[in-house]
Amino acid sequence: MSRILAPARSRRSTRRSVLTVVAVLVALVWAFPVYWMLNSAFLDKVTLQSSTPTFLPFGGSLDNFATVFGDAGFVRALGISLAVTLVTVAAAIVIAFLGALAISRFRFRGRRSFILALLLIQMLPAEGLFIAQYKMMSSVGLLNNVLGLALLYTAAVVPFTVWMLRGFVAGVPVELEEAAMVDGLSRTKAFLRITFPLLAPGLVASGVYAFLQAWNEFTVALVVMTEEQSRTLPLWLRGFVQASATRETDWGQVMAASTVVAVPVIVFFLVVQGRMSNGLVGGALKG
Amino acid sequence: MTSTATAPPETAPAPEPTAPARPARRHTPAWLVLPSLVLLVAALGYPVGWQVVTSFQHFGMMQQFGQPPEWVGLSNYATLVTDPELWVIVGRSIAFCIVCALSTVAIGLGLALLMGAVTRAGRLVLQVALLLAWAMPVVASMTVWTWIVNWRNGLLNWALERVGVDAQGHNWLVEPLSFLVVAAVIVVWMSVPFVALSIYAGLTQLSPEVLEAAEIDGAGGWKRLRHIILPLVAPVISIVLLLQLIWDLRVFTQIKLLQDAGGVANETHLLGTFIYQLGTGAGDFGMASAVSIVMLLLTVAISWYYVRSLMKEES
Repeated sequence: MSRILAPARSRRSTRRSVLTVVAVLVALVWAFPVYWMLNSAFLDKVTLQSSTPTFLPFGGSLDNFATVFGDAGFVRALGISLAVTLVTVAAAIVIAFLGALAISRFRFRGRRSFILALLLIQMLPAEGLFIAQYKMMSSVGLLNNVLGLALLYTAAVVPFTVWMLRGFVAGVPVELEEAAMVDGLSRTKAFLRITFPLLAPGLVASGVYAFLQAWNEFTVALVVMTEEQSRTLPLWLRGFVQASATRETDWGQVMAASTVVAVPVIVFFLVVQGRMSNGLVGGALKG
Repeated sequence: MTSTATAPPETAPAPEPTAPARPARRHTPAWLVLPSLVLLVAALGYPVGWQVVTSFQHFGMMQQFGQPPEWVGLSNYATLVTDPELWVIVGRSIAFCIVCALSTVAIGLGLALLMGAVTRAGRLVLQVALLLAWAMPVVASMTVWTWIVNWRNGLLNWALERVGVDAQGHNWLVEPLSFLVVAAVIVVWMSVPFVALSIYAGLTQLSPEVLEAAEIDGAGGWKRLRHIILPLVAPVISIVLLLQLIWDLRVFTQIKLLQDAGGVANETHLLGTFIYQLGTGAGDFGMASAVSIVMLLLTVAISWYYVRSLMKEES
């Protein structure tokens, strides 16, 4: 080993090790709230109320989860959330797919304005619109209605899903379809048999995106679902937080409920995360 | 330019490769776009229109019970501009938004650089942790954080106690300032993962040759960062900063849920919760609409540059 290079190299590897330790510490800090939720979910009320926190869920149980699943409010909220989410996902995929097809397969009058409108709409904050949406839903009798909420959610996710799907549709070469048409398939058949299967990953990604938005959404649901019987899961969870202001909360149950709401989201999120970032900052990365 | 929308009618029957122009299919794109258009006009366009109209009206409790709204011209906007209380809320929202967005981008940049400087295993651990925090549903994150800062037996007070701060039984959500600090910490915690991972993705696009050349030329770590790395990832940084500004201006759920957990609502309102309170609490839809319009205009103004940069990608 050369005497001149060795010190520099070892200094660099020391630096790398120190930074790695820092990175792991930062990781622990960042993931801690998620861990704390899981940990507390397994502990009982007495343990959580003690003046010293319990950092490991030893001696814990699944009782809190049993309580959550046995709660009528939870089961009802779960049903409403599932219904709203399913309608939103299905409607968003169909509508966005047609829109994406139009802007990536056709050049038409107003195409640019349509894209511009989509991108601008996608930025509009729900907080700047919800009062008007509330008035609109109440005037057509769609307050506390699953379909009404799903309508608002679909409109909220369609712009981004069109934008995301556009890339997928454009990624399938038209030549493939044309070759199939030369082989005697009709345009529609060529599309259904050749292009559509190639789009499956894009449709899955859009569906998961719509799922995440509808499942997690709080603001619009708070405004439109005014009755206790029509609460979605986030609204039902909020009930616990509200209660914590005035009386002693059973945090173990709250954390178990949060875990039940969060786990499907975390799983699905990891599936689409890459796609979503691409849609949001793709241009900046390429440029 | 691709603005085919304004192109003169084609004289030569030269079909574009991506768009086989068949006369029989001329209306196909219109049919394909129609569902999105109908949906967006019904669920977003109509409310925006209603809001613009209502912002020029007096629309309060009496109108709720069927009295026709009264036209008051710019009076709602005049109130908005002259009411010092409103300015406090607008100012607070903008300050909160800027502080959160800048801290998020600064921390995100730091973590992105850290990811580039550590071993593979270290990077993986950090990425997984960030993804976990990012994936958490807002409401679930809020319940955990309210549990952590809970005054009775939350972890924060216990930890502070351990390091010698007398925090036992201290309620952080009662003081407006500490309330907003707690909210900011939560917002930054939630937002950093997206920023850090996006900037890191930008860093991985840099060519190692350029960095090596700079090193051979004797540029130290700081110089390389300042003169090579930062300018090259500047486009990503500006996009994420922009998105962060837009998202932090509309922050609602976090504030609302912290207020639920025992905060003093009136002194902790940001634009979102203020509009909510004006509309559903006070029933003053005219004022709520005017504030909403201001918020929408602010958002569109900040978004414009972002949308333009996305359109460039489209061309």
